[in-house]
Amino acid sequence: MSAREEILAAVRAALREAPVPPEVSRGYRESPSEDRAVVLDRFAERVAEYRATVVRCAPAGLAETLETVLADLTSVVVPAGLPFEVPRATVGDSLSAAGLDAVDVVVTAAAVGIARTGTIVLDHGPGQGRRALSLVPDRHVCVVFGDQVVAGVPEGVARLDPGRPQTWISGPSATSDIELDRVEGVHGPRQLTVVLVDG
Amino acid sequence: MGHTFVGMPAFPTAARDALADTQLRRNLAHATGTIRAKRAAVVGEVEEWEELRVAGAAIKDRALLALDEHLERLESSLTARGAVVHWARDAEEAGEIVARVARDHAVDEVVKIKSMATQEVDLNGALEAAGIAAWETDLAELIVQLGDDLPSHILVPAIHRNRAEIREIFRRSMAAAGRPAPDDLTDEPAVLAAAAREHLREKFLRARMAVSGANFAVAETGTLVVVESEGNGRMCLTLPDVLVSVVGIEKVVPTWEDLDVFLQLLPRSSTGERMNPYTSTWSGVTPGDGPQELHVVLLDNGRTRALADEVGRQALRCIRCSACLNVCPVYERVGGHAYGSVYPGPIGAILNPLLRGVGESEQVDSLPYASSLCGACFEVCPVRIDIPSVLVDLRAQVVDAHRGRGPGAGSHVGEAVAMKAAGWTFGRASRLAAVERAAGLVGRAAGRFGRRTLPGGRAALGRVPGPGAAWTGARDLPAPPEESFRVWWRRTGGRDEGASS
Amino acid sequence: MVTCLADGLFPDAGKATVRLLRRLGVEVDFPDAQTCCGQPMVNTGYLDEAVPLVRTYVDAFADYDHVVAPSGSCAGSVRHQHALVARRSGDEGLVRAVAETSPRALELSEFLVDVLGVEDVGASYPHRVTYHPTCHSLRMLGVGDRPLRLLRAVRGIDLVELPHAEECCGFGGTFAVKNADTSVAMGGDKVRHVRETGAEVLVAGDSSCLMHLSGLLSRQRAGVRVAHLAEVLAAQEGIS
Ligand code: SF4
Repeated sequence: MSAREEILAAVRAALREAPVPPEVSRGYRESPSEDRAVVLDRFAERVAEYRATVVRCAPAGLAETLETVLADLTSVVVPAGLPFEVPRATVGDSLSAAGLDAVDVVVTAAAVGIARTGTIVLDHGPGQGRRALSLVPDRHVCVVFGDQVVAGVPEGVARLDPGRPQTWISGPSATSDIELDRVEGVHGPRQLTVVLVDG
Repeated sequence: MGHTFVGMPAFPTAARDALADTQLRRNLAHATGTIRAKRAAVVGEVEEWEELRVAGAAIKDRALLALDEHLERLESSLTARGAVVHWARDAEEAGEIVARVARDHAVDEVVKIKSMATQEVDLNGALEAAGIAAWETDLAELIVQLGDDLPSHILVPAIHRNRAEIREIFRRSMAAAGRPAPDDLTDEPAVLAAAAREHLREKFLRARMAVSGANFAVAETGTLVVVESEGNGRMCLTLPDVLVSVVGIEKVVPTWEDLDVFLQLLPRSSTGERMNPYTSTWSGVTPGDGPQELHVVLLDNGRTRALADEVGRQALRCIRCSACLNVCPVYERVGGHAYGSVYPGPIGAILNPLLRGVGESEQVDSLPYASSLCGACFEVCPVRIDIPSVLVDLRAQVVDAHRGRGPGAGSHVGEAVAMKAAGWTFGRASRLAAVERAAGLVGRAAGRFGRRTLPGGRAALGRVPGPGAAWTGARDLPAPPEESFRVWWRRTGGRDEGASS
Repeated sequence: MVTCLADGLFPDAGKATVRLLRRLGVEVDFPDAQTCCGQPMVNTGYLDEAVPLVRTYVDAFADYDHVVAPSGSCAGSVRHQHALVARRSGDEGLVRAVAETSPRALELSEFLVDVLGVEDVGASYPHRVTYHPTCHSLRMLGVGDRPLRLLRAVRGIDLVELPHAEECCGFGGTFAVKNADTSVAMGGDKVRHVRETGAEVLVAGDSSCLMHLSGLLSRQRAGVRVAHLAEVLAAQEGIS
């Protein structure tokens, strides 16, 4: 018998007298509906608590905000398909990992923001680039639009397409492996800036 | 790095050695205390936490109680999305599969994401035997690997090391493994982390093959999920051409939506954060993004044995958050190595006997007894594994496995005789009364001749020889009272208090 | 029910329970046929050996409204483990008898607060006291703050909070002997916290844990006494 057949047979044997699987109660999904402004404030607050930088602006002020955020940085890369302009940026889709290691900053869009946990989710669609693009550079600036922000994890999961690769990001790279002391910045981008566009 | 847990002594012996290490006890008390407080704070802010726990347990049970169907579903969704699925009955088979993929691509090194399954099967040992270097890229795993040490915690394998020890390990061993530690290395956690970043970055940029585990495998969509903090996981999952993921068959969850429970339960229980810094999900190959060749190894290695255990199968719900370790008063004092396995603490005390079976090894059989049954683990477990009940059930299995075995059953013989005698005595009140009368005589004698008294004036026994020695090594034992409650009740009907106390 | 440990080693806890309950107007009996709930055997893995004990228990307590034990651990064993033992015996009659009797077992503070509905039991105990909530009362039975509510109502008491109160004392039944070193290390930390409070008396609802802790306190000559919750609640020092 192949390993596959043998394992499946062992599973079936183990479950011969097993009880009926229980139903799953989804009551945890019912959260009280909240004011948009409260949700957005919470998102901004909780992203910042991870020691990420949060900047808020209106759609009309985005170009100016990015100008400020990217002020002293010379090599700026972006993915193709961004729905907004980024000053001085070049499209980095064909850069090698080593090439990306040499850039100062990458600017991307996101797919979803989750207020309760201060999380941004990239599904690496247009404007977000392949996964390496937002990973290797030491600084990641991520632009999230107000209507992308949901209250909690269940709403986030429901909006996302499992067929796409995803990266859930909650603050900059961190470790607590040394005496459980949190240190920001190990392998992923050591600095994360989230620009929340709303209004 | 040939270190393994093979040949570890039984728990009481290993624990005694660990308890003698005061540095270890300080490191552990500090670390577990810190993380306990963080967990309590972030769990406390989720109103529907109990509902999430119940849902988490139910989802896992649904998956486990129809595991064959979900595994077949997982296999077909993975295959449809371009991944190659392998099945491994045991550790050896898993090692062979991964080594074969490496050989097919002529690589002599792989980068690894921390994964319990690959530790369990000692994948690094198997790869090393095949001439392939496996580089651990999680900071704690790197510390363990460079220190030629063994992991002692599920989440923080180097929890037993403090910053000064870590600095020494980096200075001593980084050079032999690649980029050396900088000369001005201090013991600041941020500086140590930066040294690890530099050391590993060259490995990430050149690696052609990576090995991972998975926290969850979604049957419906063929999605694998890795939950991490540092970004080493993202590096491994993204930059190499080939990715092999070794996944225990109990990691399967039925649907994508089910993740909305676990992505809440796991980070809060584990690192005590609202969300861990990075979670990666991928469903097969994405053209132009990440590894273009994916292998998934579905691992049994004792899981079907555990699944057959009616009481114990709930242990397969475990999402390896390590909350039970952090609250365990036994773990806090003896650390992880005393459990002799990559799975230490309360979950290790049940999972190891369930995966490996009882009655074969003294070490494994000692694990269900490595608990005072205080229940703190059950209280925090995000998937509601009733660890104390499983421990008690496994104790019965250990006893049953030794029943009727003659010499060679070791310490179980004396204990079995004692338990039989106690069962006989307590089986009938008249027998108990006779034993109590005899004890009363001892008590009277102790009262008259004993030199120790308990605070309050009661006679006590100090160090006594024989079977009482384990008790009285550090604790006095109260001498039996002259009159038992039973005799007092018979004498007075429970109304006269003065005469005897 | 008077637990086997109280019967044989700590009769004062049993006597105090009787005195307290009678004072509150409860009709108390001690069926002589009772022995031990069987927990020591069950928790060590000797289920067959516990069967006769469970049988003895259901026979002895068949006819009572409530079975009150001055022990969270023993009440917990009756409520949570007797069914297990009965199933193992394969005796359907015993399974039924257990289903009947085991829910009626209550730990003292549960009985006082939930059945009698009292928190002030009229006790007086002018001492500095700290309270250790034993694991089985706290987590297996979920008695919550009932014991503390009862203690707070005691006259003259100076109740000080025990740091890390909810942590296990390390007794754990045969764990105390099988893993004596670990047990003593846990007890050592508990005793340190007790001493930090400056209390004269350490109170708990389980004689077993108190035996372990008093053994450590005595060996350290700490000058801290132990008392069972029942003894404090029964006390009427200075009230005549
Ligand atoms: S048993 Fe529960 S608490 Fe322990 S590691 Fe597993 S999921 Fe976490």
